[in-house]
Amino acid sequence: MTMSEKALRPEEVLRIEYTPPRKGWMDQPLHMKKGTFCYSGGAKYLEYLGLPNPREWQPTDEDWKLPKNWKEIILEGMKDRLGKFRSFKLFMDICVRCGACADKCHFFIGSGDPKNMPVLRAELLRSVYRRYFTTAGRLFGRLAGARDLTEEVIKEWFYYFYQCTECRRCSVYCPYGIDTCEITMMARELLNLIGCNINWVIEPAGKCFRTGNHLGIEPHAFKDSIEFAADEASEITGVKIEPSINRKGAEILFVTPSADYFGSPHYYTLLGYLMLFHEIGLDYTWSAYASEGGNFGLFNSHEMLKRLNAKIYAEAKRLGVKWILGGECGHMWRVIHQYMDTLNGPADFLEVPVSPITGTRFENAASTKMVHICEFTSDLIKNNKIKLDPSRNDHWRVTFHDSCNPARAMGFFEEPRFVIKNVCNNFFEMPENTIREHTFCCGSGSGLGTDENLEARMRGGLPRANAVKYVHEKHGVNLLTCICAIDKATLPPLMEFWVPGVEVGGIHELVANALVMEGERERTVDVRGEPLLKAKEGSGNV
Amino acid sequence: MNLLYSLAGMAVLVLVVSVGVETAGLYRLFGVVLPYAAVAVFVSGIVYRVLKWAAVPVPFHIPTTCGQQKSLPWIKANNLESPYNSLGVVARMALEVLAFRSLFRNTKVDLRSEEQRIVYGNSKYLWLAALAFHYSFLVVLVRHLRFFTEPVPFVIGILQDLDGFFQIGVPTVYLTGVVLAAALAYLLLRRLADPKVRYISLPADYFALLLLLGIALSGILMRYFVKVDIVKVKELVMGLLRFEPSVPAGIGLIFYIHLFLVCALIAYFPFSKLVHMAGVFLSPTRNLTNTSRMRRHVNPWNYPVKVHTYEEWEDEFRDKMKAAGLPVERE
Repeated sequence: MTMSEKALRPEEVLRIEYTPPRKGWMDQPLHMKKGTFCYSGGAKYLEYLGLPNPREWQPTDEDWKLPKNWKEIILEGMKDRLGKFRSFKLFMDICVRCGACADKCHFFIGSGDPKNMPVLRAELLRSVYRRYFTTAGRLFGRLAGARDLTEEVIKEWFYYFYQCTECRRCSVYCPYGIDTCEITMMARELLNLIGCNINWVIEPAGKCFRTGNHLGIEPHAFKDSIEFAADEASEITGVKIEPSINRKGAEILFVTPSADYFGSPHYYTLLGYLMLFHEIGLDYTWSAYASEGGNFGLFNSHEMLKRLNAKIYAEAKRLGVKWILGGECGHMWRVIHQYMDTLNGPADFLEVPVSPITGTRFENAASTKMVHICEFTSDLIKNNKIKLDPSRNDHWRVTFHDSCNPARAMGFFEEPRFVIKNVCNNFFEMPENTIREHTFCCGSGSGLGTDENLEARMRGGLPRANAVKYVHEKHGVNLLTCICAIDKATLPPLMEFWVPGVEVGGIHELVANALVMEGERERTVDVRGEPLLKAKEGSGNV
Repeated sequence: MNLLYSLAGMAVLVLVVSVGVETAGLYRLFGVVLPYAAVAVFVSGIVYRVLKWAAVPVPFHIPTTCGQQKSLPWIKANNLESPYNSLGVVARMALEVLAFRSLFRNTKVDLRSEEQRIVYGNSKYLWLAALAFHYSFLVVLVRHLRFFTEPVPFVIGILQDLDGFFQIGVPTVYLTGVVLAAALAYLLLRRLADPKVRYISLPADYFALLLLLGIALSGILMRYFVKVDIVKVKELVMGLLRFEPSVPAGIGLIFYIHLFLVCALIAYFPFSKLVHMAGVFLSPTRNLTNTSRMRRHVNPWNYPVKVHTYEEWEDEFRDKMKAAGLPVERE
């Protein structure tokens, strides 16, 4: 983790004032605090993707070099979207400002900035909606909660709509189900129309469009990565593991976020997939073209979402597979579950997924034809198709972080827990107001997980970290598991900052440790190379 | 400040009706014309709003899931919080509309800096006050049917008896009237006392509460303190209903204030945040099943986009792929 010269200290960050200033929010000038915003989207990626207004600029500049008719573009864009998304139109109209959402946002809890209250975040946009799209707003202006659209407002939008991780927690508590994620998505689409986007979203999107994955890994390097991991898995287990890539005629296409084969601790989860698929003899293939399950288009626009997602079905069709299996990822699963079929379907060239091992028909994926790895694995376990030795995870005391998207956009609660409980002996839940549908974001989702934004991330991640701290102190928890690639990348620095002594890992990393493979050598270390508890005790006795 | 604007608005309303009735003697305007106009605005306004919303498509299937999805048969799915069929959606919406399910989840964050701990305490007052307000308002409304019906239906008599069950005072105090005023007062005070809620409050937020409070208080005044001739009131109302409007003389100002505020409320309703009543039914995060992978959802405006095809991709990387031994479509 790269800390700035003046390193943040937890005690300082914890001095949070929840009482807003006396002056009304429309009169509060924007203060972009260093460490709490992301840098601008690189012009070359905008150009590559054909997005508007590529230029050199930074959010700290006085002049953002907006197109001359920027105001017209934004208002036209709003009008267009108000006619296309019922959610947007409705959520602009029906909020009663009851304040139930106010203290539900992790960014508000961690910063106390009143514009991080979901209701006020939405009002940033709603006030402009009222001014230009409602009679009361046109007539009474400020008295009706309306305000003019100015460059200041654009800057405020940029700051606060890139300080929302689209986690949907507020929508759980809203009596009308108003989902700030929808509003943030609209605001980001609008900002995108005049070229105000962030690099942490645009660069991965650009790379993904070109190479097939966010990290920009070209096919030969992709092959190297997978083969390297397979070699390592072979070495750990003593069983020869040989995955295939771009193989036509395989039964299943496996798609996972690129961080799994390039990041740590994601990598250990990748070892788990490779070992599991080998052990059950799965007829599957990787794809170097569809080498990304994640989709940073979701954090840019519905159009970019569709453009990046298209390759999954296209590749499944080209390779002639029967169905698709997806790895551990958060926002990827929002896309697969709620968008893919609508955007790029119907997938009528695929079959309703059936597990070749258990014969289970995944009716819940009958149309989209894509199954979550935890659904797949829990079905294997339930049917006793794999041999597990949970004691190989005894050195871990485990808790589980529900990732926002699988939780609140899928209802994915029991499958991961079932797998965890079968592969380890020490599992402890965090307090109930911080898990399942109430789960707190890692603070870095929706493309905000970048270094220049570190203070915002540590603040936004505070509620999650604080709940981990509770089980760390109470139960000695030392492993925070999750099923999201962004979590795996951003929770480690969060833990280092708030709860030192807690590692982060994926569920299939635990599966990798527990999986007893045919012909395997005796394991003395886990997939991280850490000695197993049994081995440790043994060596202690010598 | 925003409260002051709303108070001023209320004062203007009361002044207008007082001067209009007492000084100018515009009984027909306030007793006949405005009520008809207000009802017309209310009905057409609501229809207009709902049709406007309904005309906008729901391009994506985006329910907020608050419970376990339906997946493997041995995992218990939660049809209420993550509905997998229409029955589940109806039940979820019913809970939301009739019991304010989501508001019931409300918690209050408490940061204990010294212990470095955050706790989320139960916070049901908003839910309780909202429920108390809406239901007492409903009962009061139904009770008012005795002015609109001849003969008064049996059930309304029972409702009145229940509402006045404790038989306190003469005339008997209706509990719902008291609860209504108390709940509104709480909601208003909460808006002022909680700095966060005060910060987000617009003049319109205070205005809606003040208007409702004005209606409740003028009603209470009329029933218990500044009596009006109820027989004549009913004569007026029945005349309106039969479209043979006549304004009996000598009803009393307080009635006209009450009636005018009600007219203001219902005319204001469709164009204010009060339309949440109708809007909640259309909320796509609540009224859709969580079956997004089971059944395809069609977006009526889905359009083709520029994608990076496999062929384009292979063209760029073919040499590297061949060198690495990856299969290619074209040599």
